[in-house]
Amino acid sequence: MTRNSKVIKREDVVIRFSGDSGDGMQLTGTLFSDTVALSGNDMATFPDYPAEIRAPQGTVGGVSGFQVHLGHSEIQTPGDYADVLVAMNPAAIKANVCWVKPGGTIIYDKDNFTEKNITKAGYLKDPVAEEKLETYNIIPAPISSMVREALKNFGLDAKSVLRTKNMFALGMVYWLFDRKLKYTERYFDQKFSDRPEISEANKVALRKGFYYAETIQALNPVIRIEPAAIEPGTYRNICGNTATAWGFLAAAEKAGLKLFIGSYPITPATGILEELALRKDLGVISIQAEDEISGICSALGASFAGRLAVTSTSGPGMALKSEAIGLAVMAELPVVIVDVQRGGPSTGLPTKTEQADLMQALYGRHGESPLVVIAAGSPGDCFHFAFEAARIALEHMTPVILLSDSLLANGSEPWKIPSMSELPEIKPPYADKKKIPFLPYERDDKTSVRYWAIPGTPLLEHRIGGLEKTIKGTVSYIPENHEDMVKKRDAKIAEVANSIPGIEVIGKYTGDLLITGWGSSGPYLRAAANELQAEGYEVSFAQFNYINPLPKNVSKVFSRFKKIAVGELNLGQFADFLKIKHPGFSYNSINKVKGMPFTIKEIKESCIKILEGK
Amino acid sequence: MEEKTYNNHTMKDFKSNQEVRWCPGCGNHAVLNAVQKALAQMNIPRENYVFVSGIGCSSRFPYYINTYGFHGIHGRAAAIATGVKTANPKLSVWNITGDGDALAIGGNHFIHAIRRNVDINIILFNNEIYGLTKGQYSPTSVRGLVTKTSPFGTVEEPFSVGDLVIGAKGKFFARTIDTMVTLSTDIYVEAERHRGTSVVEVLQNCVIFNEGVHDDVAGRDVRADHTIVLKHGKPMIFGKENDKGLILDGLKIRVVRLGEDNITEKDLLVHDATEPNPGIHYMLSNMKYPDYPVALGVIRSVEGRTYDAGVEEQIADIQKKSRIKCMDDLLMSGSTWKIK
Repeated sequence: MTRNSKVIKREDVVIRFSGDSGDGMQLTGTLFSDTVALSGNDMATFPDYPAEIRAPQGTVGGVSGFQVHLGHSEIQTPGDYADVLVAMNPAAIKANVCWVKPGGTIIYDKDNFTEKNITKAGYLKDPVAEEKLETYNIIPAPISSMVREALKNFGLDAKSVLRTKNMFALGMVYWLFDRKLKYTERYFDQKFSDRPEISEANKVALRKGFYYAETIQALNPVIRIEPAAIEPGTYRNICGNTATAWGFLAAAEKAGLKLFIGSYPITPATGILEELALRKDLGVISIQAEDEISGICSALGASFAGRLAVTSTSGPGMALKSEAIGLAVMAELPVVIVDVQRGGPSTGLPTKTEQADLMQALYGRHGESPLVVIAAGSPGDCFHFAFEAARIALEHMTPVILLSDSLLANGSEPWKIPSMSELPEIKPPYADKKKIPFLPYERDDKTSVRYWAIPGTPLLEHRIGGLEKTIKGTVSYIPENHEDMVKKRDAKIAEVANSIPGIEVIGKYTGDLLITGWGSSGPYLRAAANELQAEGYEVSFAQFNYINPLPKNVSKVFSRFKKIAVGELNLGQFADFLKIKHPGFSYNSINKVKGMPFTIKEIKESCIKILEGK
Repeated sequence: MEEKTYNNHTMKDFKSNQEVRWCPGCGNHAVLNAVQKALAQMNIPRENYVFVSGIGCSSRFPYYINTYGFHGIHGRAAAIATGVKTANPKLSVWNITGDGDALAIGGNHFIHAIRRNVDINIILFNNEIYGLTKGQYSPTSVRGLVTKTSPFGTVEEPFSVGDLVIGAKGKFFARTIDTMVTLSTDIYVEAERHRGTSVVEVLQNCVIFNEGVHDDVAGRDVRADHTIVLKHGKPMIFGKENDKGLILDGLKIRVVRLGEDNITEKDLLVHDATEPNPGIHYMLSNMKYPDYPVALGVIRSVEGRTYDAGVEEQIADIQKKSRIKCMDDLLMSGSTWKIK
């Protein structure tokens, strides 16, 4: 399609799609981000949706959103404020107008601004006047009536016709940002190959939206974001849950083991089980267990039987699994537990993000029960850290908790596809078949790791379990033996620090302030640090992915900065952990517990206060 | 090194070097003995046996048997065993459990293992009491039982193991008495041969906390008259003198005496363990003294698809059809783009 309007170039732009839970906003956002990624931009996404599948129509509580940040240069976060808001109903305006930049563009379906919907959204009469929207570039588009008109000869029922509204809106956005329709059209061809009329209806709605935006010159000039200067390679768009699942698959291949997952469905972790259940072609054994406990216990059984075993869950499921995680610590079996964190405690905010399970991961078991805790920092990062979690579990014969969260699980980004040949081999410490009798708790002198004897191997028959044992596997209540074993299990975990990289400083080597954080807050903290650096502040950033054990260079790095800030989506759990492990420093916490990620703006404000000593 | 397998085992091969720590006179000793005998009879290499247990007196079992063993946590053995078997269907997986372990804290895993029909053998030691915690009532304790946690008698109905097995679509259910080692040995062999979840209830005596709980049926002097050993294809006869039998009278099973009212052996029910309809099996498993003899032997043994084989077949089938053969294939599948 050719364009006959003026175009300006911009570095980056943020778009937020919002509507009722039934309006298909998650699909719209996903299709938009796929197009953005396929046309060579860097980007990050933030799906934000209610826990209810279909919350009451038209209400603010039922608004589902999907934010996409795309750019010509490196994009670290899904962005704070939107340049363009697409609002399918008045409630979407109500929920999102505070997230639109001053003077930004708001596209809305004016057919949906009925008296009923206006009241439901909590407005008196006129949302445009009540929100003072005249300072924005508002585009009231008759989306519902236009799709009705465009599809009147398709023989579809009224409901199916209205279901294409989101594609009309997407078509408009494609025009605003000078995008091609072909990737989305291809999606419909594939998705509805057996129902061509549905495919065609969506494509017509998409094109009509595109032409409509052109006809009304919805934005003048339109915005073009040139492809980003990205490291050469082959890329794909990936979300955190898929990347996690693939990281485990890659680890299984590198270890020469079959992958086993035992899990129970739970938001927002279910995508990992779903993705691995699909991968029977790669030999994955997946069990949808009867409960969370069975999820990890079946995984432990599989681990005992010699497989790479994982289980995926979220906070409530972690609580249920904790006794079995203790068994894994005692039996010294490799297993990875993924905790895709969500707002807690209890059922909390099932679809919102939070980083408040850290203490649970570190300490949430009875007895002296050390294990390895690591955290992924971005959706694509989940691949690497799932691989690392599996590597450490297998090579160190220990349970490993991998922390992800709702933001990573559902967020996506372009991801450079690794070649399997680039990844390291994983070498589990198999028992020597010739060394008989096999002593289940004999250890490697250096690493304190015990050896793995797999059922089916002649003459290595042995018994392990939850009771304290001697090196021979004999049940023992001898005081000295227990203390010795407790210390050995602890030493084994501490030893893992020798097989992980140190923290890396982004920015200057020394300075006034080191901003640190862990997991999904990292990119936000880093983006804030970048902006502060550009504004002349002596600020650097360091991300933590390995939490227990901590990397060995922490104190060395910390000592080079005057102040240290720790940013996290909880009330300061990692800062508390650092206080225990590295008490020689004082830590300034930057916290937020709103079920949402940080904004760059609020991190910067906090950092400036810390720098000014306020 | 060439891997040797030892198929011609004797009982001795299955004795571990651990000192058996059950109380003297505990029924568990006889169960251990019968299981070791059964293992020695089967043509399975020792290294392919895995014993998984939960928590309780009976769950110490894996320590005393020289095979691969995993002593788990309370109630979870069926889940662990499901993982072991599904991860490697070649293994012969045994789940040792008790009435508290399987039917209280582990009830969920117990019924779901049976529903899925995972090919494991569950030996449930039923002594109607919590032994390891020193004498509290269990889900199989009779109503009114006075224990430390029911000092005035329980006010709840017990589970019957057979009810749960059949209710959970169970395909194999057998019952034996701890001291009947020959019958038990045969049953364990049958349980292993049966493909699917096999549940064997052992009426087991706890000498310390529930001494004599099964005496009405298990006592050597009364056993013949108070139990019936069911044999597939054979008429249901019992009694010291082989003079009693079971008939179907309307919708109920009735005890009859041979010779009375012209009843002959031909009138008796013939046991069919392979009948898929669980109606009769349900009635048989629920027979209680003193109205009926308690049924022993293999009560139900019905063929069915197993979970572990299903998982394996599905994987093999998809692997044949899919274009994705390795991780690199998956990584490059779907929408990708190149940056130069």
